[in-house]
Amino acid sequence: MSMDYYREYILDHYKDPRNYGTLESPDIHSEDSNPLCGDQLNMDLQIEDGHVTEVRFQGRGCAISQASASMLSEMIEGKTIAEVIALGKDDILEALGIPISPARSKCAFLSLRVLHRGLAIAGLEKPNDEDDEDE
Amino acid sequence: MVTSTSNSLAGRTIAEIRKDFPILERTVHGNKPFIFLDSAASSQKPIPVLEAMDHYYRYSHANVHRGVYEVSEEATAALEKARVKIARFIHARQSKQVIFTRNTTEGINLVAYSWGSANIQAGDLIILTEMEHHSNLVPWQLLAQRTGARLEFVPVTDDGQLRLDIYTQLLEQQPKLVAFTQMSNVLGTINPAKAMIAQAHAAGAVVLLDAAQSAPHLPLDVQELDADFVCFSAHKMLGPTGIGILYGKKALLEAMPPFMGGGDMIRTVKLHESTWNDLPWKFEAGTPAIAEAIGFGAAVDYLNALGMDTVRQHEQEITTYALEALQAVPGVTIYGPEASLRGGVISFNVQDVHPHDLATILDQEVGVAVRAGHHCAQPLMDRYDLAATARASFYIYTVKEEVDILVQGLQKAQQIFHF
Ligand SMILES: Cc1ncc(COP(=O)(O)O)c(C=O)c1O
Repeated sequence: MSMDYYREYILDHYKDPRNYGTLESPDIHSEDSNPLCGDQLNMDLQIEDGHVTEVRFQGRGCAISQASASMLSEMIEGKTIAEVIALGKDDILEALGIPISPARSKCAFLSLRVLHRGLAIAGLEKPNDEDDEDE
Repeated sequence: MVTSTSNSLAGRTIAEIRKDFPILERTVHGNKPFIFLDSAASSQKPIPVLEAMDHYYRYSHANVHRGVYEVSEEATAALEKARVKIARFIHARQSKQVIFTRNTTEGINLVAYSWGSANIQAGDLIILTEMEHHSNLVPWQLLAQRTGARLEFVPVTDDGQLRLDIYTQLLEQQPKLVAFTQMSNVLGTINPAKAMIAQAHAAGAVVLLDAAQSAPHLPLDVQELDADFVCFSAHKMLGPTGIGILYGKKALLEAMPPFMGGGDMIRTVKLHESTWNDLPWKFEAGTPAIAEAIGFGAAVDYLNALGMDTVRQHEQEITTYALEALQAVPGVTIYGPEASLRGGVISFNVQDVHPHDLATILDQEVGVAVRAGHHCAQPLMDRYDLAATARASFYIYTVKEEVDILVQGLQKAQQIFHF
């Protein structure tokens, strides 16, 4: 492994996050944190006609958690609810494009957890207990 | 790794000492030498410790204490000999004052349950400090919840020292117990334990000393300190995981009810009641970690051969060197006191590179293992308004060249994040 663990595009998303901020009156708001490292994230979604029309996230934490949130926000904007529900860890790993060790997986998947938590709160999907799975 | 350091410990060069630790010869991420700067979390193990445990399992294993055959008697003798070695290492008056536990955490819980339930009542005061490891915090929170006791905390200064003026004030409220760490696992601060214990005693309190970080790195004399309870873990001092000790003053231990019930800790058992075994076995229910105790004894032998004064001296040299080297890197913030007041632990941050990113870069780019996070001391992190820090920590096998590589790694991290 060399310098390119923190590839340009990851650092780019970290320093210049897409869809950063909050929405004035979101249809869905959710948040979560990763107390082990102090990563923290919240996400707002606007839903129209079964589509995610707008997304904003805000948070602090390591480059991996914040970059993956930025990438995820790009993935979900404009998608149907069904498409967003289908997003999983593989999609995040593919977007990051680097191997994620078990110790860093909580960082990488924080935004995904916040997204699905939001969808569950809105009653759009069943709460999942993915965290109970063996990694 | 080849080391040019001229350092020596008790007549042996560091390069020779490093040969006792096979893991230090391995590489990570391809062919990078493994630079281990995480001994405060758990140290590496020298060959004599591994061999002592291996020999026991190969040739002397049987359950202890009630076997009346040669091998069981051998195993029992080896276990009890380890206890004596550890007792001498900390200058306990009698080896029966040394109780085997799984680790520091279990020792503290033992006191919180056994001594705590017999001695702490609603409204009683327990004094802790803001720099405690969760191990020396949560058991007292649980005790306070069970009994209605109050907890008060000695604050820390900006440079990581206890506010002894406030400690003195708190003692006026006549606490029942004072529990504090002899050395902070985050800041490296070595607290003035002897004076603090004397003050606590004058106020009528019993004192528990968390020696998880101090026993591995400083000469420890429980009688000179006059500590009532002392806990530490073998795995941070060259020994195996799964074993530690609780030292206690005899009168206190004898008056305490058992912690866990089971085999070994009893004298007689009837269907509805039992009587307790003598110290130390009263507190050692069930089959003990025999091999681990023997390994712990071998670790203590190893440290004794070097001499704890020498260990301390070597670490002070490395720590002073590392503090200077880190301070010279632009953008590095170091937490904790000056070199003379600290053990071999340095917590730091590099501008706004998250410590987890830093630890990943150090691992992947230069093979350096540091810890990143809250180090099981969240209240201390809150005190400094930090989410996390990176932490480098040192031991007898650490050489200056490794600190240099850490510094190179920090510079790489800064390059990667374009600062
Ligand atoms: C100061 C301090 N106390 C207690 C502990 C807990 O030790 P163990 O996990 O071995 O019980 C540690 C270990 O990190 C420590 O540094």
